[in-house]
Amino acid sequence: MARTQQDYDDIPGTFVFDAERSREGFGINMFCMSLMKDDNRKAFKANEAEYLKKFRLTPEQTEAVLKRDYNRMLELGGNIYFTAKLGATDGHSFQHLAAVMTGASQQDYAAMMLGGGRSVEGNRSRSGKDKSAAKAKAGAKSASKAASASKAKSKASSKSKSKSKSKPKSKSSAKRK
Amino acid sequence: MAKIIAGIGSSHVPAIGAALDNGKTEEPYWKRVFSGFEKSKEWMAKTKPDVAIVVYNDHASAFSVEMIPTFALGCAAEFPPADEGWGPRPVPVVKGHPALAAHIAQSVILDEFDLTIVNKMEVDHGLTVPMNLLFGQPKDAWPCPVIPLAVNVVMYPPPTGHRCYMLGKALRRAVESYPEDLKVVIFGTGGLSHQISGPRAGLINSKWDKSFLDNLSKDPKKLTRIPHLEYMREAGAEGIEMVMWLIMRGALDDKVDEVYRFYTVPASNTAVGHIILENARKASGTRKVAGKSKRGSAGKSRQAAARKSIHRIASKGKR
Repeated sequence: MARTQQDYDDIPGTFVFDAERSREGFGINMFCMSLMKDDNRKAFKANEAEYLKKFRLTPEQTEAVLKRDYNRMLELGGNIYFTAKLGATDGHSFQHLAAVMTGASQQDYAAMMLGGGRSVEGNRSRSGKDKSAAKAKAGAKSASKAASASKAKSKASSKSKSKSKSKPKSKSSAKRK
Repeated sequence: MAKIIAGIGSSHVPAIGAALDNGKTEEPYWKRVFSGFEKSKEWMAKTKPDVAIVVYNDHASAFSVEMIPTFALGCAAEFPPADEGWGPRPVPVVKGHPALAAHIAQSVILDEFDLTIVNKMEVDHGLTVPMNLLFGQPKDAWPCPVIPLAVNVVMYPPPTGHRCYMLGKALRRAVESYPEDLKVVIFGTGGLSHQISGPRAGLINSKWDKSFLDNLSKDPKKLTRIPHLEYMREAGAEGIEMVMWLIMRGALDDKVDEVYRFYTVPASNTAVGHIILENARKASGTRKVAGKSKRGSAGKSRQAAARKSIHRIASKGKR
């Protein structure tokens, strides 16, 4: 029953909608899809729990929908393009949902976006947070690179140079200039 | 013979469509975005393509989770705008080019790309927003027929960047084996960096985006080796849709002229990226400059940028 661990589970704050979640979340997403029709929106609003029964959600999924726990919906197989339809049914803008998922107020979230968005620094990896992120990253990179390394070794090294991610900062920035 | 003459990369942020539809284009926030496409509209008006192939993704409009085709080619005579919850966008019905589309389907499938054929489909903002950005807001009809190519980037895994690039090449072979003289442009849409789901929503990575655009011009093969994990980690969970730009790029010559680029942050939750690439008129022209060290020059964006007189609008350079 436990979810198969994937390399991308290491990305913090992210629920990748993969084939496994797609299967698990079929009911949530079909429920959200049904909200494209006005009659269905009205029926849902009239009696949410009753309406949800049609979609055979698990008790956890039902609870997440009723509580509008958007992150939990994603974790249990909902997809953002679908769950956004539930947000719209509630009369919320997309940015409102984004703010809710990040735990920020909409105002703060909007300000963050205007300021250039959330930085990727410190947000790349769960396993090697902040200081050690570069190291963990280098490990992950070299693993993925090993696959392509057989093709062209020299290319692999130029790749890391130009992207300036896996090498220590001072080195790559020096190279850039 | 039909010929692909140029490729256009463009974000397809839904809020851009909403801004257009609700008359907000003059507000400072949106003006910053739309001003970046003024030159593009002029370019398009001059280029006058006979057909546009638009690579995009559907956002739970035409396809729910009942069917998730990896590559779906629109072969219908027309594609009405989808109702995405606020009524269909007030844009003209998109007219297809069924004859060329059928020819492409046949050619590409025999070229070992197993497309899904779609004979009835509505199209959402993923397709119509880039159309607006390049063609403006025509009242009655779009200036040319469109062949939609919908790519699954919603459920993981989308096709790999390499697969997309190779599909672009197959599309080109298909177009070039069509007997009628047609000028074709191809759009790659979506991106650039953004994440709209989960606690990490709001992620933007301008540095990565710029590198992507540089390589798209100069060294696209490098981009075909980027693993999905890197897209998601660096450009956000939804940033992975940038693989669609590689279909566009694959359909062009190895050497292209970058005639225009625009980048700004943000539109709603997303970094807006835009590029126009033309197949070089004289294949040998640019080669000489890049000659010495192909990899070296491609990696250094500033040097590459200086090489040509590219119209760049540095709008709100972030980080």
